[in-house]
Amino acid sequence: MAKALQDRSDYLDFERPVVEIEQKIEEFETLAKTNNMDFSEEINRLHKRRLTIIRDIFRDLTPWQRVELARHPKRPQSLDYIERIFPDFLELAGDRAFADDAAILTGPALLGDIKVMLIAQHKGRDMKESIRCNWGSAHPEGYRKALEKMRLAEKFRLPIVSLIDTKGAYPGIDAEERGQAVAIATNLREMSALRTPIVCVVLSEGGSGGALGIGIGDHVAMMENAYYSVISPEGCAAILWKDAGKAPEAAAALKLTPADLTGFGIVDAVIPEPPGGAHRDPDEAAANLKQHLISVVLELSRTTETDLLARRYEKYRRIGFYADLSSQGAPDSSPES
Amino acid sequence: MAFSFFSPKRHVRTDGVFTKCRNCDGMVRIKDIEENLDVCPSCDFHFPIGSQRRIEITMDEGSWNELFTDIYPTDPLNFNAKKSYADRLKRCQQDTGIADAVITGCGKIGSKNAAVAVTDFRFMMGSMGSVVGEKIALLAEHAVANNLPLVIFSGSGGGARMDEGVISLMQMAKTSAALSKVHKAGLLYVSIITDPTYGGVSASFATLGDVIIAEPRARMGFTGPRVIQQTMKVDLPPGFQEAEFNRDHGQVDRIVHRRDIPSTLVQLFEFFRPRRIYGK
Ligand SMILES: [Zn+2]
Repeated sequence: MAKALQDRSDYLDFERPVVEIEQKIEEFETLAKTNNMDFSEEINRLHKRRLTIIRDIFRDLTPWQRVELARHPKRPQSLDYIERIFPDFLELAGDRAFADDAAILTGPALLGDIKVMLIAQHKGRDMKESIRCNWGSAHPEGYRKALEKMRLAEKFRLPIVSLIDTKGAYPGIDAEERGQAVAIATNLREMSALRTPIVCVVLSEGGSGGALGIGIGDHVAMMENAYYSVISPEGCAAILWKDAGKAPEAAAALKLTPADLTGFGIVDAVIPEPPGGAHRDPDEAAANLKQHLISVVLELSRTTETDLLARRYEKYRRIGFYADLSSQGAPDSSPES
Repeated sequence: MAFSFFSPKRHVRTDGVFTKCRNCDGMVRIKDIEENLDVCPSCDFHFPIGSQRRIEITMDEGSWNELFTDIYPTDPLNFNAKKSYADRLKRCQQDTGIADAVITGCGKIGSKNAAVAVTDFRFMMGSMGSVVGEKIALLAEHAVANNLPLVIFSGSGGGARMDEGVISLMQMAKTSAALSKVHKAGLLYVSIITDPTYGGVSASFATLGDVIIAEPRARMGFTGPRVIQQTMKVDLPPGFQEAEFNRDHGQVDRIVHRRDIPSTLVQLFEFFRPRRIYGK
């Protein structure tokens, strides 16, 4: 009856107390069912205790722990959200040039009753899917496919919903030969002026240029336990300390959490996750994401095209911190000033 | 998106008179290299040059008007992992005499007016943080306001500058958005690739030229060769990511010798003149 702790790879060290109490709850529930006894009082007490434990752990998460959560093996991915939010998703694959790249899934979908164009990076939930999706690392054709479909959305003024989850663009010889750099750069330029609303959400990993390549929007949000970074913490640690083991220190220095990025004026909203993270209750995480998307898409749809484009340009144009010595009294430019 | 493996100097000065060319291994008089636009007189190898020198050999004499010189870097992340960003900035400024990794301005090339930016590999590998992003965006807007062709010399082994985190990453978005204005205004943008151009610089303004020119053998790519080698455990093809390789793979339009860049730009300015856009 007493089950051994879940497979080690299924939870993080700091989640252990949560896993333990969840198993205790499960034990009582099984006991109640098999013996037909009433343990509801005990179970309620354990549920309350579970929330307290989670609150205590999650109140002081380090940036590195948040990165670990974003990469959690059980964390919901794009297709988990698509199944729950966009059951009508009609995948359209063609990049019209070279090949299909399943690291980025594209096609129209219904958000409630709003027609949108969905662009979603997907890493793969099992080995078969991961191989097909190349673990979420796109080649140039993935970025080009995304742009093709975004142009289709522009033609019919469908709002674009972009779900971001990648460690980074694929670092391979073939990707270089086919122009990984220019594929991403072209998307940045074109998305900055696309005549339809664009809503972006970093679901889990916002890996540098590979994330930004589908990440220019009128509104950019992050899930509560996602991160967004110019370089992976391991890569940063390898450069600074010649030691990837210093990734936790690098994660802190890089300021990659939703709270940091909101402070810099780069992220517009943080979407709450269920207690303990999205993987503890994917349904609730999906409901929160859906509610967020609907409210932002509706608001942007009420904006005129001219305003939309002017605001989008301004949104990116003002990001940056520098000292302008010609303007006296205002040495620091910032998104707030 | 940051690379630590590019040696900023491709030739090591030896006894002050002669130096060994890293390409042909020949002993060459330093003075001969300098008088030859920092190109090896025996093998034509293009050594990297600083931004001021680039302006000197590109612009008509006395025509350079540097713009946006009041913009200086800060340390928004208070980045202090291993080395302090603030200290490194100070040292780079002292060593190079420039505020950050790009200089911007306008002037004449072969008597034709142009807006010009040059990134400088000596300043933190030519990486892009807030200052580089802001100055490129300001220059693009200046080109639009004054109906000027835009020329950017890119050379960055650093891509987006790690020490400013995602703020650096967003400079890719900012510069690309500003270039969209140049594009829509019907103005010519010539991107000139110098060695090396990688990461966030190649994945934004450097590859968005209407025409992309590269100096001989200048390396350009998204991911650096060492990272590809280490993560993919593969051997790289000969000449990988060099100008000739990139031209053969359709990533570069033309390879132009350093001494011929000004005359090529004049030709391009003549061929691709802005058409009048009515109602604008
Ligand atoms: Zn030589």
